[in-house]
Amino acid sequence: MKHRIASLVLARLAIALVTAIIVSFAVFFATAMLPGDTATILLGQAATPEAVEGLRKAMHLDDPAIFRFLRWLAGVVHGDLGVSYANNMPVAKLIAGRLVNTLKLAGLTAVISVPLALTLGITAAMLRDTLYDRCLTIAIIGVVSVPEFMIATLAVLLFAVYLNWLPAVSFTSEIRTAYDFARAYAMPVVTLTVVISAQMIRMSRAAVIETLNTPYVEMALLKGASRGRLVLRHALPNALGPIVNAVALSLSYLLGGVIIVETVFNYPGIAKLMVDAVSTRDLPLIQSCAIIFCFGYLLLTTTADIIAILSNPRLR
Amino acid sequence: MSNGITNWTASDDGLIEAAIRRGASRRDLLKMMFANGVALAAGSTILGHAERAFAATPKKGGSIKAAGWSTSTADTLDPAKASFSTDYVRCCSFYNRLTTLDKNGAAQMELAESVESTDAQTWTVKLKKGVTFHDGKPLTADDVVFSLKRHLDKATGSKVAKIAAQMTGFKAVDKTTVEITLASPNADLPMILALHHFMIVADGTTDFSKGNGTGAFVREAFEPGVRSIGVRNKSYFKDGPYLDQIEFIAITEENARVNALLSGDIQLAASINPRSLRLIEGKEGIALSKSTTGNYTDLNIRLDMAPGNKKDFIDGMKHLVNREQIVKSVLRGFGVVGNDQPVSPANFFHNPDLKPKPFDPDKAKALFQKAGVLGTSIPVVASEAANSAIEMAMVIQASAAAIGLTLDVQRVPSDGYWDNYWLKAPVHFGNINPRPTPDILFSLLYASEAPWNESRYKSERFDKMMMEARGLLDQAKRKQMYAEMQVMIAEEAGTIVPAYISNIDATSSKLKGLEPSPLGGMMGYAFAEYVWLDS
Repeated sequence: MKHRIASLVLARLAIALVTAIIVSFAVFFATAMLPGDTATILLGQAATPEAVEGLRKAMHLDDPAIFRFLRWLAGVVHGDLGVSYANNMPVAKLIAGRLVNTLKLAGLTAVISVPLALTLGITAAMLRDTLYDRCLTIAIIGVVSVPEFMIATLAVLLFAVYLNWLPAVSFTSEIRTAYDFARAYAMPVVTLTVVISAQMIRMSRAAVIETLNTPYVEMALLKGASRGRLVLRHALPNALGPIVNAVALSLSYLLGGVIIVETVFNYPGIAKLMVDAVSTRDLPLIQSCAIIFCFGYLLLTTTADIIAILSNPRLR
Repeated sequence: MSNGITNWTASDDGLIEAAIRRGASRRDLLKMMFANGVALAAGSTILGHAERAFAATPKKGGSIKAAGWSTSTADTLDPAKASFSTDYVRCCSFYNRLTTLDKNGAAQMELAESVESTDAQTWTVKLKKGVTFHDGKPLTADDVVFSLKRHLDKATGSKVAKIAAQMTGFKAVDKTTVEITLASPNADLPMILALHHFMIVADGTTDFSKGNGTGAFVREAFEPGVRSIGVRNKSYFKDGPYLDQIEFIAITEENARVNALLSGDIQLAASINPRSLRLIEGKEGIALSKSTTGNYTDLNIRLDMAPGNKKDFIDGMKHLVNREQIVKSVLRGFGVVGNDQPVSPANFFHNPDLKPKPFDPDKAKALFQKAGVLGTSIPVVASEAANSAIEMAMVIQASAAAIGLTLDVQRVPSDGYWDNYWLKAPVHFGNINPRPTPDILFSLLYASEAPWNESRYKSERFDKMMMEARGLLDQAKRKQMYAEMQVMIAEEAGTIVPAYISNIDATSSKLKGLEPSPLGGMMGYAFAEYVWLDS
């Protein structure tokens, strides 16, 4: 089995590299298709042809874009993410602080939402068609249907503006005590938990119900296994594959897709950094963010696959 | 307000205060209030209230957080590259200019002791003595020469390279005297030096992220796209600053900005959308500050291509724009009706005798008939990039539809708008930020060779007058010439300026000292050193 997992990880790593290269080329072509370049964007209304020419020269943007891209790619191989066009700071430095913020938010959300979602999903499956299950289903469908900016804005209005319990925007730079931390993160984490849990609850409920309907579970029931043992020992390991996949997908969203929550709470995360980068056509920064998202995604799905293999006797 | 006047709002408070500052007498104010329908008895209590607010003396201490509306990783502390309000605010708090503009639009000395000339071509700038940079280096003539000269270097990427190009000679005469020679006489130099981009940096600076200036606050932190912190400059050469510390962030989402102010997380929220005013007005502890500075969104019809090459079409459009409705419904009253030229009522040289063209669909229809455009469809390019352009386009489109002219409003994304549509499409919207002098506006927007000649207006007479007025040191004669040039633009150019847009900043009512400025909202972005906290 060890051999199997090692080869899977190696194969995944190889795929990851190829994917990353393909992704960065795709991102490059998409960026190249956008109107304007960093010089024209930075000059904005003041972009007269001479001014653009001068700035391009000063920023070394006068080489063809593809050469600049290939140079960046060569730099990445040596561990150098390049220098941002927009403000001349090393990309690694720009990303570092933002990535830590995003990982903190994602990590905290995951720690809260995954156990919560799994507990709710599995209990709903066990108590299928009871009042509990129905209420939960209605609540989840309700939450899925409300866009996250609505949840976030309502939360701000209630907790920050009317009740004055929490700050309306997250000042992450001023966290000194655990209390500050809780106040700054409470609303973003709750909003994100609500958003990503719904999907996980639905998926885990469906997966567990499906295995509960299989003949071998019926067999276990006939043998006289208790309800808890039936679900946790017999059904869950087989349902774990689809569940961890749903979890991985939901968590990958936390890495790059939380732009709305970052905007509403003015949270300096990496999604906003990438949007900024796109709006200033900052190629090294866009590329570096894209690569990070790509690897994050692959890491999560690979982990999900490994867990699925480990948990499933038939795959072992 | 607590005195029970129902139709009185915080914005009216601001209006009265602004009037007092302009030097309005009690009689003027009462007249104003009658015009607004406020009863006499109520009027005098309000007057007392506003006068009290104005007379208070600043207190030292305290720290605030203030939020602007734009930020990105491209944030910079290099004054030459400053492009967003956030950059302007930061540059104003860390650096100083040679001159600034006061609330009446006149030049006041800041780092300069005097800026003088006898022929408007060779200017002598004398610097104040005893001014030091944050790193302890004293301010000298070399710093000024370096700061101004770098705008001429294309590699700097200066936003004001065009304006700076007229400065051809710089000479450090002695330690505190600089001589600036212009290519041709320009009486406006003291006002030009008040532009935010002409902040004075230390000689030889290459890394601007340190923010080493002479300004009221010393940079403690600067993270592009996140925040900046400035702490009081203890050896500042002016009175103030009053605050111990100011943190400046930008909350791009307007709702979030308003909420942060309402919940007390920030003390100043810049640029409030009139839509949010209902939420804020009348709230305990929140004050509003309105300034009409000359920012405008204009409809540009190019004179060098169809349909703008027919004068009747342009004249028709000028009569088709319902200016009052645009001010009332699009800007929710936070604007002043415009008269198709760029010099706003906030400017000393504004021509009050030039009346806006009345809304007259019948006349417009007759003119369109003459131009032969009725029954055709004319594309109009609009974008969020130009403030309120889409809403304005809708208003004009509805008026056009009523008389049988189809305006095909094409909404295009803000991203890349200035590069791809502005100045290019036959009929499109533009947005022009306030500029301190008519000469800058004219040479930027209406001279035959102007880089941003939005309607491709060409007039030899206009160019000649512009050059002549530029070198005149006689204010009265200049005022008269500029008045005539405003009429020429309104009658002959293809730019329609329906309204000058007001800017509204909201603050905690504990924050005092915020005044309107002709250079933009937040006191021309320089509020940091003037505001103070009332405990």
